[in-house]
Amino acid sequence: MKPVVAIIHKDVAIEFRNKESISSMLWFGLLVLVIFSFSFDSSGAGDVDIRAGLLWVAFSFAGILGLNRSLSMESDNDCLQGLLLAPVDRGDLYLGKVAGNLVFSLVAELIILPVFAVLQHVHFDWKLLAIAGITVAGTLGFVSIGTTLSMISAHTRMKEVILPVLQIPMTLPVILCAVTATDMVLKNETAGISFPLSVLGLFSIVYLTASYFIFEYVVEE
Amino acid sequence: MKIRMLAILSLVLIPISLYFAFIYAPTENTMGHLQRIFYFHVPHAILSYVSALLLGLGSLMYLIKGDLKWDRLAYCSAELGILFTVTTLLSGIIWSHPAWGTWWEFDARPTLELMLGLLFVGYHMLRAYLPERESRARLSTVFGFLAALDVPINYFATYIWEQHHPRVIGPGGDLDPDMGIALLVSMITSGIIYAYLLAQRIEIAKVEEEVEYFEQVVQA
Repeated sequence: MKPVVAIIHKDVAIEFRNKESISSMLWFGLLVLVIFSFSFDSSGAGDVDIRAGLLWVAFSFAGILGLNRSLSMESDNDCLQGLLLAPVDRGDLYLGKVAGNLVFSLVAELIILPVFAVLQHVHFDWKLLAIAGITVAGTLGFVSIGTTLSMISAHTRMKEVILPVLQIPMTLPVILCAVTATDMVLKNETAGISFPLSVLGLFSIVYLTASYFIFEYVVEE
Repeated sequence: MKIRMLAILSLVLIPISLYFAFIYAPTENTMGHLQRIFYFHVPHAILSYVSALLLGLGSLMYLIKGDLKWDRLAYCSAELGILFTVTTLLSGIIWSHPAWGTWWEFDARPTLELMLGLLFVGYHMLRAYLPERESRARLSTVFGFLAALDVPINYFATYIWEQHHPRVIGPGGDLDPDMGIALLVSMITSGIIYAYLLAQRIEIAKVEEEVEYFEQVVQA
């Protein structure tokens, strides 16, 4: 457990100094929200309620941006080499990176969420809390696979281009279930919500376990 | 020799399966001749899943054994996967326009098929950006394995939607016995065509790898 904490500490310390990851995710996510709010009548009064989809478009694009930042943070100046020289189990390295990415994404998202509530007329009550819970579950699934994929794309020539190409089809179950669950909460129809939430949980468990064991092959030189 | 046998067998079976699909099978009551696309759509959809399975198997075996032949199996089946997802989606679109009135419906199975196609394309894009043979094999097999794991999860996830897609096979299905025979014949035919294409593609991949190796030797 100690190496995982050390890696999280390292990432958080770097983020505190340059504030690149969270600020880029935050502004990008907010811009997506604002543009969507301009472009569509998304107040829920029209025929189609797009609010849940809007929130997750902002989260997933901001999330990919954050993963790209965390990737370039390691590949600039060959920081990854230094990390690999440390006597740390590769699985622990993976968990540390996942935890770091999760923390940054969640900080950005929990700031985006109230802005979403204001722009989209969502009341500040239990609904927002429930959406925050879904956000945590969805983001865990998103970064669990995203961390591995960003390390894979670090070895390619077109790092920034290849990551979304791999990430978006792979995280389709996450987006799908998170949007459905958020939509159910927004519409007060939470009868079948356990199904999308359990698929979200399943996704995170499967990918955290698989990546924990497979990560060794990703960083091998 | 085996490959040639498969080729001859496919050539023999293609007219037979066309006969079964277009003449032997009875015309469906409500949809008429439109329903006959089913004898091509279903086998191709199944084969696109077989490709995902082979991709996952090849990737896993490469990670365990480290033998490049498994990587070859993985990427050749992923390439056939692109072909078969495209034919499945195209035949589905051709059917869905007259039957449902729309070209595309975000139903469970079309979405799953589309996602499968995108994963295969992503896999090949990743390989294209990895110049070195060993790292290409290692990293793309990691992705291939994770992508194959994604298919069953996605299968559950897409069941959130209400389903319009017809269910004729398995529980709740009511397929005419003659139609069942026609489907079986076209499944066997498609399976043999698939086996032929895969075997041929693997042979070509071996030659490609040799050429790539010699190019590197000459450049060095």
